[in-house]
Amino acid sequence: MPVDSAFDPERFVSTLASRAHGGLLGLRYIAHGADWSELAIDYSERLIGDEASGVLASGPILALMDMATSMAIWIRQQRFRAQATLDLRVDYLRPATPGKAVIGRGECYRLTRSVAFVRGQAHDGDPADPVAHVAGTYMFTSP
Amino acid sequence: MKLPPYAELLGLSVAGEEAGAPLLLMPFGVGVMGRPGFLHGGAIGGLLEMAAFTALYARFPDEERPRIKPITVTVDFMRGGREADTFAIGIITRLGTRVANLEAVAWQEDRAKPIAVARMNVLLSR
Repeated sequence: MPVDSAFDPERFVSTLASRAHGGLLGLRYIAHGADWSELAIDYSERLIGDEASGVLASGPILALMDMATSMAIWIRQQRFRAQATLDLRVDYLRPATPGKAVIGRGECYRLTRSVAFVRGQAHDGDPADPVAHVAGTYMFTSP
Repeated sequence: MKLPPYAELLGLSVAGEEAGAPLLLMPFGVGVMGRPGFLHGGAIGGLLEMAAFTALYARFPDEERPRIKPITVTVDFMRGGREADTFAIGIITRLGTRVANLEAVAWQEDRAKPIAVARMNVLLSR
């Protein structure tokens, strides 16, 4: 893990997770590396999209991956920088298992002056059996 | 139409109807905020997905309603969502027996200036 990074992902999540949309979803920090971050949301009945099955809605997974991939960008450039999501594509590979936390790992695999390219996967316990795959781009809105 | 718990968590309500599809309203609040003063992209995505799903649900009578499983969603974000009410509506592009292709659009003050649009492919289990 980067030791001299000006951007502290764990601290960023602990301040962000207590308020705003991350707080509503119960976002948690798990881990990070030089160009990736891992966040989680715990299963909650408030996040259910289909009451008959108890399966989590897809929206919280999209939001989780938006945040995990955004964090990966700030980690890679070692600072926070305002950005706007250009597009985000999510493939829902299978329903998340009711009762299990969903862990999302986002990676920034290419950084240009104005655009960041990201990808990631979400799983509910076994990274080899993912629930979702994402690809997206972000545009920087500040220098 | 009864919205699922996640829609309630986002604060969504049905504010009208167009071509048989419910018009969804998401009021601004701290819970749907990302960076200060702006909507979170995840909340916008969640709203768009719910607009697409409910447009499809509304097409069926209660007893014939299939279970809907999302396969893919692609969200394009055009403008930052500000501290204002956000509206969204879903459109059924094609309804097959196993797959439906859906679109959804979200806007704030000016409908001609959407803040985001989504395309979704969903699986129907009847």
